[in-house]
Amino acid sequence: MNTPAYRVRGLTFGYRPSRAVLKDLNFDLPAQAVTAVLGPNATGKSTLLHLLLGLWSAWEGSIHLLGKPLSAYTQAARSRLVALVPQREHVPFAFRVREYVLLGRSPYLGLLAQPTEDDQAQVEGVLRRLGIASLADRQVASLSGGEHQMVLVARALVQNAPVLLLDEPTAHLDLGNKRRILHLLRDLPAAGHTVVFTTHDPQAAAHVADYILMLRGGRLLFAGPPAEALTPARLSTLYDVPLQVTRFQGQTVIF
Amino acid sequence: MTRRGRRLLAGLSVGLALLAAGSLLWGRYPAPPGLTPWALWRDPLAWQLVWKLRLPRLLAALTTGGVLAVAGLTMQMVFRNPLVEPGFLGVSPGAAFGAALGILYLGASPWAVQLSATVFAFVGLGLTYGLARRLRYGGWILRMVLAGLAVSALLSAGLGLLKYLADPLTQLPEIVFWLLGGLWGTRWSNLLPVLLLSLPALALLWALRWRLNLLTLSENAAFALGAAPARERAGVLALAVVATAAVVSLAGMIGWVGLMVPHLARRLVGADARAALPTALVLGSGFTLLCDDLARGLVGGEIPLGILTSLLGAAAFLLLLSSAPKT
Repeated sequence: MNTPAYRVRGLTFGYRPSRAVLKDLNFDLPAQAVTAVLGPNATGKSTLLHLLLGLWSAWEGSIHLLGKPLSAYTQAARSRLVALVPQREHVPFAFRVREYVLLGRSPYLGLLAQPTEDDQAQVEGVLRRLGIASLADRQVASLSGGEHQMVLVARALVQNAPVLLLDEPTAHLDLGNKRRILHLLRDLPAAGHTVVFTTHDPQAAAHVADYILMLRGGRLLFAGPPAEALTPARLSTLYDVPLQVTRFQGQTVIF
Repeated sequence: MTRRGRRLLAGLSVGLALLAAGSLLWGRYPAPPGLTPWALWRDPLAWQLVWKLRLPRLLAALTTGGVLAVAGLTMQMVFRNPLVEPGFLGVSPGAAFGAALGILYLGASPWAVQLSATVFAFVGLGLTYGLARRLRYGGWILRMVLAGLAVSALLSAGLGLLKYLADPLTQLPEIVFWLLGGLWGTRWSNLLPVLLLSLPALALLWALRWRLNLLTLSENAAFALGAAPARERAGVLALAVVATAAVVSLAGMIGWVGLMVPHLARRLVGADARAALPTALVLGSGFTLLCDDLARGLVGGEIPLGILTSLLGAAAFLLLLSSAPKT
């Protein structure tokens, strides 16, 4: 394997003293691949994503991003390397999609700077690439769940960062939109992106992941390729119910 | 900014310039509705009147309205809440308490009242901030809002006490009149310090207008986009509050400009602060100047400016909310 996108050693973190949410995690995340962080609800998946973003600092242990400690990057440098697609976010004002996506250019603009024609052109380019150019003049608050998720991905792509972190990108979507997002994620490594997404749905992980982290109760249950991760024994332990796995037309099916 | 937004802003700016020119002539001297332009050349008293009274008052009205509207827009965006207004966070109640204190115990000279109002506007903000840091409940925004509510209530109680202690024949009417808001006492001497504080703050907020969009995002999204949300929000807020405290110390309580004008601006040109902030600036200045023209010229006496801005502002707000927004 090449240099991993992330190298995590002995990572322990919690929001309140003496109540650790994540305990002693050790793993490497492959570059230019799709990694799924899989686990039941409330098991620290989003917290892990926010730690990979650098939003919090670890109690113990280290996080290396592209061979360098995450804390050694400046805020500006880091925001050019790592983009976040948050869970559906409340927008209290009536921004239009093209204004909202333009915010993805912030890492390249100083505090007092204004975005240029070129920044706007990049926005239009990404909207076309994702097939959502027709949404450009819509208000963000009026979008459906699937459209909003696509717009959030567009904002992250406009950021031009090699690493993309997505927090439950398919959680509230119907089947069609879920597929659209997952296929989009699957195609991103070919464009040079490293993709890390959290999900509680093993089927979504089975569909697109090249690498799977299984989190349970704040501990790492398993890290490895899907063929080794998605076994009946491991999945049953992860979700605490008996689960079966079968293959159908080349796809992994969990039931 | 869209082409439509740019055209609208240009039109509003021309309208504001015409209104300002007209306001210098409008008044009750020598007789309503006011002066003719050539009277300025012929009548030295008219020139004195315009230079010493009407021009500083005009600038005060423009600055007051512009600051309140821009500070309102800024605070709404930073707090991610369209119902916030610039007097929020203990600023206005602090200024009111300070003014009353000045009237009661500092000899009631305009200078003393203005200084005391400014100082206590900052005291109000400082109390709010200090309290918010100590609260152990909710996120940063919620803590600031709760602390602001508590501090406002505290200062309002203090103001009530001062009113109770005031001489009902001389001091109480003066406090009440100050609280109703007005620019009748504006001279160059008390206007200049206000301009010195508020104009640089206003210029910086204007320069930060695109950044404001970023600060309306959630904490982690703004962080991921390279911002330091807590620090940047605090900085932007400080600018808005400094400018607000300065104009409130001169004009008293001027209601509804800071709440209504940002809504109107967003309705006209959209939420993007690159367009909404300059539009709010022009609209707020124009609206307040228009109200002040009515305040000083409509009847023989002076109508308190705060009454007119509240009356017209609330009416405009209701109209705005009852008409369907364009999507």
